[in-house]
Amino acid sequence: MAEPHNKEIDQVSGVETTGHEWDGLKELNNPLPKWWLYLFYVTIIWAVVYWVLYPSWPLVSSYTKGVLGANQRQEAIAAYDKGVADRSEFADKIVATSLEDIAKDQELLQFARANGQAAFGDNCAPCHGSGGTGSEGYPNLQDDTWIWGGTLDDIHTTLQYGIRTDNDDARIGDMPAFGRDELLSRDEINQVSNFVASRAGVETDEGVDLAAGKTLYEDNCAACHGENLEGIQEVGAPSLMSANFLYGKTLKDIKAQIADPRNGVMPGWVDRLDPATIKSLTVYVHSFGGGQ
Amino acid sequence: MSADTETHVSGNSEPLFESAKKIYPMATHGLFRRIKWALLFVTLGIYYFLPFVRYDRGPNAPSQAVLVDMEHARGYFFFIEIWPQEVYYLTGLLIIAAVALFLMNAVAGRLWCGYLCPQTVWTDLFLWVEQKVEGDRRDRIALDKDPWTFGKIRKRATKHFFWLMIAWWTGGAWVLYFNDAPTLVWQLLTFQAPMVAYVWIGILTTTTYLLAGFMREQVCIYMCPWPRIQAALTDEKALNVTYRWDRGEPRGSLKQNKKLESQGLPAGDCVDCFQCFQVCPTGVDIRKGMQMDCIQCGLCIDACDNIMNKIGKPTGLIAYDTDENIERRIEGKEPVFEIVRVRTVAYAAIIAIVGAIMLFALLNRDFADISVLHDRNPVFVEQSDGTIRNGYTVRFSNKRRHPRSFMLHVEGMPPNTLVEAVGVDAIFAGRPIVEVGPDTTREVRVLVTSPPWVDLPHSTPVTFRITESVMGEVVTTEDTFKAPGKP
Repeated sequence: MAEPHNKEIDQVSGVETTGHEWDGLKELNNPLPKWWLYLFYVTIIWAVVYWVLYPSWPLVSSYTKGVLGANQRQEAIAAYDKGVADRSEFADKIVATSLEDIAKDQELLQFARANGQAAFGDNCAPCHGSGGTGSEGYPNLQDDTWIWGGTLDDIHTTLQYGIRTDNDDARIGDMPAFGRDELLSRDEINQVSNFVASRAGVETDEGVDLAAGKTLYEDNCAACHGENLEGIQEVGAPSLMSANFLYGKTLKDIKAQIADPRNGVMPGWVDRLDPATIKSLTVYVHSFGGGQ
Repeated sequence: MSADTETHVSGNSEPLFESAKKIYPMATHGLFRRIKWALLFVTLGIYYFLPFVRYDRGPNAPSQAVLVDMEHARGYFFFIEIWPQEVYYLTGLLIIAAVALFLMNAVAGRLWCGYLCPQTVWTDLFLWVEQKVEGDRRDRIALDKDPWTFGKIRKRATKHFFWLMIAWWTGGAWVLYFNDAPTLVWQLLTFQAPMVAYVWIGILTTTTYLLAGFMREQVCIYMCPWPRIQAALTDEKALNVTYRWDRGEPRGSLKQNKKLESQGLPAGDCVDCFQCFQVCPTGVDIRKGMQMDCIQCGLCIDACDNIMNKIGKPTGLIAYDTDENIERRIEGKEPVFEIVRVRTVAYAAIIAIVGAIMLFALLNRDFADISVLHDRNPVFVEQSDGTIRNGYTVRFSNKRRHPRSFMLHVEGMPPNTLVEAVGVDAIFAGRPIVEVGPDTTREVRVLVTSPPWVDLPHSTPVTFRITESVMGEVVTTEDTFKAPGKP
């Protein structure tokens, strides 16, 4: 490039070359199409106007703000606030209306179910499943088996304060560790487990003294689970009449839960969600169909 | 450079595309010009004023005869009301429109292009303005060559002002079809109309102004697909705007042809006056025969007839005629006009059949609807008492303008099956009664619970039947009841 560029005309096209050459191929100096060039100028003007109007150039600790004062962060906050305000009409009604009346009001019920469905997906589905069917250790909310009660008020209380949380109003009820705390011997646990299994329709071991198991049940378990294994929801003692157990349906699972029980925790939501959302969730879960 | 590249030099100088030649159509008068004015008045009249036509539908409904209500998702055409899920009615209209186009083509060529197409109608209107302001063909050609004097600027400004007014009115009328017209007009005048109305007016003002003012015949020649399809669909029996060359040729000036005649030599009736070419809005010489650029508006017929009258020859040198008839005349046979042929009868039959189907569908339209969506998660729920429950999301549609209630019955399940609608207390004989407001839908969660310990298959087909409580209108839909049984 040191030598001066001599004007050279390409014989074939009659167009001047740029003087650049690669392996004998020379670049023609054809002008850009006019429409393209003018569009290019327009984009440059556009950019300059944009710099003035909108935030653009980064500075050391800040940036040029632009004369229009556009701020996407504030726009997002405003959009969120507007969303909350738009919902407030219904949300306020939900808070002011009793759960039974929400379930009877067509409009409120529709809003509560939609609101509850969204909140369920965000907060509840990780443990209870997106359809509310639960899994081992996490109760199924679709069926009619309720440990702490399945009425609207029961569900509302559980949702607000949780189960075995630090909240003063939380539902507390621990299954004693009959094996770990040596309240019963290994043989005794075996006998009472087989008794419960026999009543719940679970396959039992052979040659186990079920009568002794029944006596052990009446002495140790009936206070919470009831004389007829029907369970007592006030203390969170589940019914043992069918094998719809939270922690497994085999004899081995029953033995494990008596010897060294798991006492699952459900968080309380009163400090995390607003009252309208908790009420909506209550109505939504109740409307799965298993609600009482 | 090798020698063989030299041959490309000459080819290089020619542009790849022919640049558009400006066309200055001359004004003419006659039968087809009058037909075109009449159709222009009728079609534009309908377009501009139809939104203001009122139609009383009673309370809870708009009183505009033709309205597309996007906000409430309803379409209105006089006594017809269309819900979004019934837009398939439009399919029938589109089929009829397409076949009608084919029928027109089989009868008399591009009737649509020449007389009815919005591009033609608006271009005609814009040309009329141009002619009133700037003068006829000759004046306009001269004006284009004139320097920019005050007079020229005034003429141009006046023309573009009127063009923009028409274009703006076109866009303004368009948005009136989507809102209550009188209300929107007031909102537009007081600058309170929704932004989308102004945007659409702007878009349609621009397109009208550009398409009818500047692009004109370029739209027909380069943008529109119909000329290509039309050329493939036409046949030798279809009437087309035709130059009867059997009569016109050999063409020549009046003087020259008279001289030939006096010598007993063959002389055609065409005096080569170029009137047909000068009135043509697409710049076509019809004497070259049928061609794609020709929109068959008939103005060259008017122009030629006027000349023929002046020189005392019979009119119809250019006329609606068929290729077949020219051949027949040359052979000395009588011309034939076969409007009724297999093709036209078939098209007419298709239009009649589709129209009948649409009419039937319209007359038997349901005024209630039900759609059922089975729960996907969980598909079924086994309960401790041995019952099995399925959940459904059921949407009731009430297309009447007063509240109605529907009794829901689920058929196909064993006796003592429980059907509940969440939030619905009214039950008659185990069947929930769901109230639905006027002209709206209601979504209800429906729970179907089987009797305890019944052996149900994996999937039981069931029918959801709703019965309207007063008139007894019945609508059904099919779904299934899922159970843990074997598939």
